[in-house]
Amino acid sequence: MTGITQGLDALPVVGLAFQFIGYMLSNVGYMSETTVAVAVPISLAAMCGVLCERSGVVNIGIEGIMLTAAFVGWIVGVAASGLLGPGEPMPFFGVTLPLLLGLAAAILVGMAVALLHAWLAISMRVDQIISGTIINIGAAGITGYLYTAIASQSPTSAGSFARYQVPVQVADVPLVGWLINAVLSQGPIGLSTIVIVIILQVMLFRSRWGLRTRAAGEHPRAAETVGIDVIRLRYRNVVMSGALAALGGAWLSMEQTNGFNPNMSAGRGFIGLAAMIVGRWTPLGAFGAALLFASVTGLSTSLAISPPAGDLGQLMGHVPGEFWEALPYIITIVILAGVIGRSIAPAADGQPYERESAT
Amino acid sequence: MSGPANDGRTTRPGKRVANIVVASIQPIAEPLVAIVLALLVGAVGITVFSGLLAGHSSFDVGLPVAAYLALLQGVASPNGFTSTLVYATPLILAGLGVGLGFKAGLFNIGGRGQFLFGTVGAMAVATTVGTTQSSYITVPLALLAGAAFGAAAGFIPGFLKATSGAHEVVTTIMLNYVFVFVTYWAISGPLVLPNAHQPITADVTTRNAALPIILGRDGNAGILLALAAVPIIWFLLYRTTLGFEIRSAGANPDAARYGGMKTNRLIVLTMSMAGLMSGLAGATTLLGVVHQIAPGYDTTVGFDAITVALLGRSNPVGILFSGLLLGAMRAGSQQMQIQAGVPAELVDALQAIILVFLVVNALRRWLDGRAAKRGSTPSLDANAAQAAEGVS
Repeated sequence: MTGITQGLDALPVVGLAFQFIGYMLSNVGYMSETTVAVAVPISLAAMCGVLCERSGVVNIGIEGIMLTAAFVGWIVGVAASGLLGPGEPMPFFGVTLPLLLGLAAAILVGMAVALLHAWLAISMRVDQIISGTIINIGAAGITGYLYTAIASQSPTSAGSFARYQVPVQVADVPLVGWLINAVLSQGPIGLSTIVIVIILQVMLFRSRWGLRTRAAGEHPRAAETVGIDVIRLRYRNVVMSGALAALGGAWLSMEQTNGFNPNMSAGRGFIGLAAMIVGRWTPLGAFGAALLFASVTGLSTSLAISPPAGDLGQLMGHVPGEFWEALPYIITIVILAGVIGRSIAPAADGQPYERESAT
Repeated sequence: MSGPANDGRTTRPGKRVANIVVASIQPIAEPLVAIVLALLVGAVGITVFSGLLAGHSSFDVGLPVAAYLALLQGVASPNGFTSTLVYATPLILAGLGVGLGFKAGLFNIGGRGQFLFGTVGAMAVATTVGTTQSSYITVPLALLAGAAFGAAAGFIPGFLKATSGAHEVVTTIMLNYVFVFVTYWAISGPLVLPNAHQPITADVTTRNAALPIILGRDGNAGILLALAAVPIIWFLLYRTTLGFEIRSAGANPDAARYGGMKTNRLIVLTMSMAGLMSGLAGATTLLGVVHQIAPGYDTTVGFDAITVALLGRSNPVGILFSGLLLGAMRAGSQQMQIQAGVPAELVDALQAIILVFLVVNALRRWLDGRAAKRGSTPSLDANAAQAAEGVS
């Protein structure tokens, strides 16, 4: 067996591919765990984008919604554990009352910020890119302001949600054990992300609401003529999408870490938009793209920690780490430009809808 | 040099002055109202959250007054004046670029990446040419390289839009991150300071590439560049054929195309020029203010420039004033944080609130509301419609 693989590895060019596959296989357990975790906030941001843009509203304010939700989730947790005490963690996910309150507040504030975007974009018919930019600038400013004000009092965080521990017997199942372990060893937000993706995929393409949403995004006037209230539908979807982005933000400050840092969303809202585009505005596709992007991160961390041996190691040594980090964005640009697999937005995406006046 | 310029000359001088007065008050009134309203909302915000700040009771009504006074004092001092100009320099340069895009109906949200790539370009010249040449050669070359790198960064989304229709908003967002990583790569590889323990570049002052100080303690010559750029861009927009084509393409792309203008060429050219201005902003910031690219170097100028362009209504003169205003706010915010203990991030929050009032046309809506009460029909919100037209 070793003789054959060594022989394959020694082949020119193709051998490198074999070495790469071998490297991936030997590090897959480690990489897959990082990948799924990194993909969680990106996927949630992408779901927010899919929901908005399928109904015809461009939302580049996802980043701002995530940041605001991360901050509010954290600070409400701090306040609640200060007032009510840290609370006894429940047997599952280390859930405490302050954490739950923080999560609820994060979701509510995410919906509120999304409502602001909806009001600006749908009712005021402000340019949706400008509206999103306002949300991003404002979120960074307001959370930065409040964080600077609060940080001097060195607040105590309410902690974070715990991961689900996959039983050893399951994790050790040959061939699929590592996969089950990677997917399931998440906190509550991480696990619900997978459920949300599936529900959204089914609802968007198999339910009446989904049909109406897609109609509002493709041809709002036609939708209105068959009795769909486009304005109301868009409002509802944008506000709901705020809750999804907020979950992503809460994941940052309450599941991945137990604190808040200024600008901790660090572009995840934008990379979520990229995942949405690469996934062709479908929940499942966007989730796949998020996993792909995250696996690049997983690969680059893995390459940095345990570089592969041989020719492959030499080749990879010449690729700067920054290349891997920039790769998701490059892929998105290439796909947008239609070089491989053109991705096309819903027809009425970003266009404000104006009812015909009854004269 | 022809066309719109001649219209004014045929009217009587008296009427013309009156027209100018009316025309100059109208565009200023709305931004001013937005600024005043935002300052009021900011004051309410400071009051509501004053309990969080050390040494202040909750609902301290005096705090916003103290904060705004400290901000003003920070601007009014000689140092404050200089640092206002220093902060305003990249905002005006990049703001002119974003405004140029708006005029052509293009939304350049890639200022961040173009700024950073321009910084890399200027640094590349400083590290190579600067070791052997005097500053008279290095500084202009570094500025040129910054402009060229910025223009290249702007060319990419322009080219992609012209050839494949890829929306410039999305491509520039993605390119922002690409250039962030290009910058990190550059300062850890080709531009790294030899024997440094971290990814950091040389100090441009040691490479004969620092912009000379022309005003006060730290007023670098980049200020002159920003002040010179305003009339140049104004001339380009309102007195050249290219400017006329840009404005026509922005006002009505279909009409411009049927009128025989090469709109694809215009898109590429405008995006490149917008990138050039942002790249120049990056170069002046490097050569005049930060002097070296440190680990994690980043900028908010790209997004601040959008505020500047919107507040200045994409007009070069308007952009000059809105850039100065935002520069003053940034300069004064340090004093505000030290003297009144109010975090400097207030400026970012204010920026967002100003934009909200600006884009919902608070003044016009209020006037329309009054008009409607008097019985006349409310005018259609031309601005919102126009803005939507520009991007869709």
